[in-house]
Amino acid sequence: MTEHEPSSVDVLIASDRVPANAHPELLTEEAIWELLDKVLDPEVPAVSVVELGIVRGLSWDGKHLSVDVTPTYSGCPATELIEELIAEALRAAGIRDPHINRVLTPAWTTDWITDEGREKLRVFGIAPPQGSASKMSLLGADEVVICPLCGSEHTERISEFGSTACKALYRCRDCLEPFDYFKCI
Amino acid sequence: MTEQQALQNYLLRLADSDMILGQRLCELCGKAPAVEEELALMNVALDLVGQARNWYEYAAELIDDGRDADKLCFLRDAHDYRNLLLVEQPNGDYAVTMARQFFFDVWHYFTMKSLENANDERIANIAAKAVKEATYHLRRSSEWVKRMGDGTEESHRRIQDAFDLLWRFTGELVTPDDTDHAMFKAGIGPDPEQLKKDWFGMVREVAAQATLTTGAEDAWMYMGGKKGVHTEHLGFILAEMQFLPRAYPDATTW
Repeated sequence: MTEHEPSSVDVLIASDRVPANAHPELLTEEAIWELLDKVLDPEVPAVSVVELGIVRGLSWDGKHLSVDVTPTYSGCPATELIEELIAEALRAAGIRDPHINRVLTPAWTTDWITDEGREKLRVFGIAPPQGSASKMSLLGADEVVICPLCGSEHTERISEFGSTACKALYRCRDCLEPFDYFKCI
Repeated sequence: MTEQQALQNYLLRLADSDMILGQRLCELCGKAPAVEEELALMNVALDLVGQARNWYEYAAELIDDGRDADKLCFLRDAHDYRNLLLVEQPNGDYAVTMARQFFFDVWHYFTMKSLENANDERIANIAAKAVKEATYHLRRSSEWVKRMGDGTEESHRRIQDAFDLLWRFTGELVTPDDTDHAMFKAGIGPDPEQLKKDWFGMVREVAAQATLTTGAEDAWMYMGGKKGVHTEHLGFILAEMQFLPRAYPDATTW
């Protein structure tokens, strides 16, 4: 028999194990935030879950960690995966049994995306939400969305919904490129 | 009926209406008239199914008889379903799909807006999330109603026909029964009078902009969904929706 190649299952199991050389008790809360800031949103891998504003808080006493996470949309199919990715990153840092707490309040809106996150979205080719979600009117006028590729304001909406629950489809009338817009709610 | 029973009943109504409309919309997956419309319909359905799960989870905790959200959704029969008759009506042509959505969205928007202030924290939190999604849905469906109503001769005829066809199912949205009254009295549900006023107000406003006529407020209405008396359509929806978990009850990954 040839030498055993680690299968994806082995990797998965290995990732559940706490590394022997880890010293989680030395981690500060700040360090844990930095750790979470490296966990990318699986559907929009340009921003981290911290930049997206869905990690709401954590409590850490050197042994037990609890992280509050909120979904972007009620039916966001990535919710479970995001929670799993966060738990995995924490376990890899040596934290045993991190508790992921799903919270609904205060409800996530696009206002929770950090400035850094917005800039990263733009560079990635996704137009960040414009302005404040709380000022959106129910049946109001269309907002001006700036093309993330050429910076033109001369854009038009193709569809109110896009490839994921959080995006709409737009097209630039100057550079003619279609692009995603992080819809403002 | 105790307040606790009314609350459980009310939660199941919210959950079932979201779920059945979500299921109806998903029937259009792969069959929508344009890819952008398909994306939109599936996204709306996704929001509704997500909200349904939130309501089912809370209902399951209160009912506390060992059933979880999945069991409430997949193992109850038609007479135990409490959804509005409107949402189980077939998709029809696109005018019917959007008229049904619009009538529902107006009800959904005002109901969630009110529940956001419910004196039950869990309900208020779920509704605060849902109202943002409902607002987005309403903006889209009302735009479609206006576009079709104020569009071509054919689109106008079709959306007017859809309004006329579905009007008979709208009474149930704004006609309160014991459960609705109990929920209002408990400081949870919306004021039935206000909900009725808001619903007719917005429906008539959008209809006027769309050059459409609406039926009378006192027209004869089909009722019963909220009590488990359904039109013939629900059984077929459940048959499709519940087949897998009923046939393979031990399956954990589908």
